[in-house]
Amino acid sequence: MTVLYTKDHEWVRAEGDAYVVGISTHAAEQLGDVVFVELPEVGKAFSQGDDMAVVESVKAASDVYAPISGEIVEVNSAIVDEPAKVNEDPAGAAWFVKIKATNPDEISALMDEAAYKEFAEAS
Amino acid sequence: MSQPADDATHLKKTPLHGLHGALGAKMAPFAGYDMPIQYPMGVLKEHLHTRQKAGLFDVSHMGQATLVGPDHATTASVLETLVPGEVLKLAPGRQRYTVLLNESGGIIDDLMVARAPGADGRIGLVVNAACKEKDYGVIENALTDGVRLERHDERALLALQGPAAATVLERLAPEASKMKFMDVARVSIDGVEAGVTRSGYTGEDGFEISVHENDADRLARLLLDDADVAPIGLGARDSLRLEAGLCLYGHDLNEKTSPVEGAIRFAIGKRRREEGGFPGADRILRELSEGPSRVLVGIAPEGRAPAREGAEIQSTDGKTIGAVTSGGFGPTVGHPVAMGYVAADHGAPGARIHLMVRGKALPAEVVTTPFAPHRYFRG
Repeated sequence: MTVLYTKDHEWVRAEGDAYVVGISTHAAEQLGDVVFVELPEVGKAFSQGDDMAVVESVKAASDVYAPISGEIVEVNSAIVDEPAKVNEDPAGAAWFVKIKATNPDEISALMDEAAYKEFAEAS
Repeated sequence: MSQPADDATHLKKTPLHGLHGALGAKMAPFAGYDMPIQYPMGVLKEHLHTRQKAGLFDVSHMGQATLVGPDHATTASVLETLVPGEVLKLAPGRQRYTVLLNESGGIIDDLMVARAPGADGRIGLVVNAACKEKDYGVIENALTDGVRLERHDERALLALQGPAAATVLERLAPEASKMKFMDVARVSIDGVEAGVTRSGYTGEDGFEISVHENDADRLARLLLDDADVAPIGLGARDSLRLEAGLCLYGHDLNEKTSPVEGAIRFAIGKRRREEGGFPGADRILRELSEGPSRVLVGIAPEGRAPAREGAEIQSTDGKTIGAVTSGGFGPTVGHPVAMGYVAADHGAPGARIHLMVRGKALPAEVVTTPFAPHRYFRG
């Protein structure tokens, strides 16, 4: 399954007719121990690049941006209850939201794994 | 995700800079120094390790200096023109916390003042890294004949903090075990001459150890050889001091806040309250008798969302009553913690307030500090 990445360190992968979104392993490592997650409400619509969620470590708060435009169809409340999961499995169980894309073409502009790896190492 | 930018150019290095690299520290600029923010253990585990065992902190960026005069009374009198603390009656071998004041009673910096045993006329100072030049300028302007300020830029400062700190240091320097909270001594640690105080900035028992820069690396490695000791970065230093309810200059205290507003009345000596004679005494003595208009308080947010510095504080009916000056997550207490200034009529423990975080009003309560109990060794 293809995972694509944004320059803001979110990942996106297709699942059924929606897209699952999370933060990259690199981002989770940079953040450090996550102590708080705030997710949007189901049904809320975002444009690509909008502030969509908040993740806070002991050190600081960071925004998570919508990697593609669309409507939130599901959120992962498990990471709200247990923020530490974001450090344990950022690429898997600790997904943030599922989005129904309103402009699926936006996906094509995102980075693939290799491009993101290069980008993250340089940043 | 947004990420902060770094600028590592033109930064000063402490004598332990190489060691931080070897330990895999994540470095960042702090007060003009390239400092370790965290080690591979991470802020959360570093914080908990310090509360459970012992943490070693490089605080060599702090300013160390000595006020040198012919005898204690002369040197102390000079310092008392700048601070509201009791310095004259500071006993040999004792240390005290106080503040440098401006003419309006605002705080130029907070500092530790130490009288080493057997060194009459010498008063040791430890000031904040970012305030060094400002502080030394203020002090030099106040010097009288026969009293001078000696800077110790060649000295490093290590803090060993946590419940295991005493046993760790005792193995290397048995005489350290005789010290009590806020005691000052000259100690030989495995042959390294050190100025040691039993104090710190975590709320735990512990020591601050001043050594020549050439001895710092060896001493740090010696302490880290102990299985109970882990290196701790500035990230955990901040969360530890916040849980302990200790003020951070430039955040909780500044040139506009007085020590009465800042809830550090213990920085003002009893005799000084009667006599005055320090900068801004009018305001400070008035605030002591009538109460200040605003006060720094501990804040416990109700939910899980931390409120960070700058968050507006409102009354429950939506009026602005202050702002958060320090805030984050308290790993030991397991919930968010904060400090901030509120209008005095909202300053009593138990008062209900709202913290404005990302446009939402989060319910919170004014609480007494510390959030995590102090565990100083008072003998």
